Amino acid sequence: MDNILSMYLYPAAIIAAKSVFLITTLLITIAFLLLADRKIWAAVQMRRGPNVVGAFGLLQSFADLLKFVLKEVIIPSKADKVVFLLAPFVTTVFAISAWAVIPFDAGIVLADINIGVLYILAISSLGVYGIIMGGWASNSKYPFLGALRSAAQMVSYEVSIGFVIITVILLSGSLNLTDIVNAQSGDYGILNWYFIPLFPMFVVFFISALAETNRPPFDLPEAESELVAGFMVEYSSTPYLMFMLGEYVSIVLMCAFATILFLGGWHAPLPILDFIPGFVWFVIKVCFMFFMFAMVKAMVPRYRYDQLMRLGWKVFLPLSLVMVAITATFVVFFK
Amino acid sequence: MIVVSLLFYLFSFIMIASAFMVILSRNPVHSVLFLILCFFNSAGIFLILGAEFLAFILVIVYVGAVAVLFLFVVMMLDVEFKSISSTVISYLPIGLTIGVIVLAELMLVLFTWKRDYSVVDNLSATIDTQYSNTEIIGLVLYTDNILFFQLAGLILLASMIGAIILTVNHRPSAKRQDINKQVERDAESSIKNIDMKPGSGI
Repeated sequence: MDNILSMYLYPAAIIAAKSVFLITTLLITIAFLLLADRKIWAAVQMRRGPNVVGAFGLLQSFADLLKFVLKEVIIPSKADKVVFLLAPFVTTVFAISAWAVIPFDAGIVLADINIGVLYILAISSLGVYGIIMGGWASNSKYPFLGALRSAAQMVSYEVSIGFVIITVILLSGSLNLTDIVNAQSGDYGILNWYFIPLFPMFVVFFISALAETNRPPFDLPEAESELVAGFMVEYSSTPYLMFMLGEYVSIVLMCAFATILFLGGWHAPLPILDFIPGFVWFVIKVCFMFFMFAMVKAMVPRYRYDQLMRLGWKVFLPLSLVMVAITATFVVFFK
Repeated sequence: MIVVSLLFYLFSFIMIASAFMVILSRNPVHSVLFLILCFFNSAGIFLILGAEFLAFILVIVYVGAVAVLFLFVVMMLDVEFKSISSTVISYLPIGLTIGVIVLAELMLVLFTWKRDYSVVDNLSATIDTQYSNTEIIGLVLYTDNILFFQLAGLILLASMIGAIILTVNHRPSAKRQDINKQVERDAESSIKNIDMKPGSGI
């Protein structure tokens, strides 16, 4: 019995405590990033943005949380109740669980598994189920159209994301995220990072990440000019909040993933700056990526659906396939 | 080891239960959702076996892509739920016959099966434990079985082209968009000033 306790129970308790800490930190960070998103958006449009709750509106996200939680949950009468309420949970749970393998600093990672890249790819491809289930279970036209759009969109862009990741894996020679980051360390700092040799792939990854997370200009599943609010039309209160939360968690996840794959993870851009802890660099890079996401939302108009499909299948797929071939040739003959 | 066995029984139980629910549930969308749950639990069993690469590939390919398209198609079907139960009787004899035959074959395998412990000593392709299982699968797939791997790829390519040829519908009358043409358009080629008398058409 002691054996079971020491082998399984204590490690399980420690992992659970770490997970709770990670999730709490993540959610609090997301509350402020959400505010940052709205502030950047407002600044581009020469507005003030939220500035009433707390100093500079810093507590706006928490006020929103309270507002959402206290409102009444409305379920449409002909909706499939179980699937309807399951959908937001699916979105949020998958979005958060993908964070388990993200290394924040050397050795600071919840689960340092051999195939972390595949884990993230698998979990992020499941995010689409929340949207499809929500759209279908609402038993309404607009959500259903949003769900159909989302399914086709996410499957299309996953293909090019997969190939982009393969080029990084070819260069680093590992599926482990920590190894990928360490493969980008060296004496030249920023020049060692993969976004320089793989710059076209970095761009493809960035745009595909926008499409994968339903961010503008690819927010067609919830295009308010055509579909009111897409798959979220019938949602209110906490279920709606969970959809929003899941969306932002997966956006920040994509920022962290891009940081790990292309921006050298926790490594400093210049060797002189090594005295600053790696975790700080990681956060700065993630915030930079998030800033880019927010700026794209503010500046670029929404794509038309057929152009979205054309971009995914006719531009990104051939481009990334050619880059995989070139990278593989380089690795075989010159490395 | 007891925790591993417990996990195995948990995954297997949910897997078999959800497999039953796939055929028992009235709503086809629920069937597909249970199928996805079934895939998930089989991925869990792969994880217990230490085949993490297979587990995640199963999730990426089957849950992330195949089942999405499945769900996509099933959601679009306008199925009358009541009509399904009334047609069950007419398919029952043939279904039952096939079921009994398959069950008999399974029983034949189950009762003539015995474990030979000397097999372990005479394995022809042993697994090298110094590599991770991603590397081992790669080594086996791209060296010993490269021919079969390439053949499988060719068959998939042929079937993909076949599917496209069967479904493609070239209507010359349909208006298509040419992105290059749209981008090249400028004011001079598309806008014309016409001096026109009021009341007369163009």
